[in-house]
Amino acid sequence: MASSPAGTLYRGREGMWSWVAHRITGVLIFFFLFAHVIDTAMVRVSPEAYNSAVELYKNPFVGLMEVGLVAAVLFHALNGIRIVLVDFWSEGPRYQRQLTYGVTGVFLLLFLPFVWRHLSNVFGH
Amino acid sequence: MTTRTIPAPRSPYKTKAGNFELNSWLFMRGSGLLLVVLVFGHLYVNLMLGEGIQAIDFGFVAGKWANPFWQVWDLAMLWLAQLHGANGLRTIINDYATKPTTKFTLKTLLYFASFLVIVLGTLVVFTFDPCIDANSTLDVCAIK
Repeated sequence: MASSPAGTLYRGREGMWSWVAHRITGVLIFFFLFAHVIDTAMVRVSPEAYNSAVELYKNPFVGLMEVGLVAAVLFHALNGIRIVLVDFWSEGPRYQRQLTYGVTGVFLLLFLPFVWRHLSNVFGH
Repeated sequence: MTTRTIPAPRSPYKTKAGNFELNSWLFMRGSGLLLVVLVFGHLYVNLMLGEGIQAIDFGFVAGKWANPFWQVWDLAMLWLAQLHGANGLRTIINDYATKPTTKFTLKTLLYFASFLVIVLGTLVVFTFDPCIDANSTLDVCAIK
């Protein structure tokens, strides 16, 4: 088997793991979307049906799961921008690894204020 | 001297299938960028502003969809997200399901579910009636 002293550029490193995480978060978001369209469809049934459906989202345990959902959405969105840059920006493939650090940085910048705000709303009520 | 035409080396071969895979690859990138704007805006307005999730109820949705701007926003988000997600899952099924029958079953289920979500969601956005709430304070629901 071929080997190189520096290891491969992609396999087992930032590029591969962000690809794995992109798939996992994508599948998670897909299944949430299915549930979310159905819960929103309750507005067509009655105000009571819709209100009891969204009441579930205000439950502290589900509130914590929403933090996970938003983490998945933020990562998938930011890594998606990285993929577009790798595919369309002439210097993208060269900097694909550095771009994963950019994704991590912007992720934290958006995620931490959200966690603070959302948990205050969920638990401070 | 006779001229003979020699095909260019590595000339692309013609396929009957067309450019579906190329188009779906492009669609993932285009819809993805649009969805970043649509979904981030959706999350910011619904979860960050005001009381966030605590403020969401029937009246909140009625207030939003009274404005065509948010109807178009939500409709675009629904279609793009469902098609983007369906295409993503199609790729994953192609990658991991090895038996043709498994592939067929999973894809049939996927397309059926996606069709259902798009039709249901579109109907909800277009046929939403804020006045089924007897206590509605919206102008459109005032008794004439």
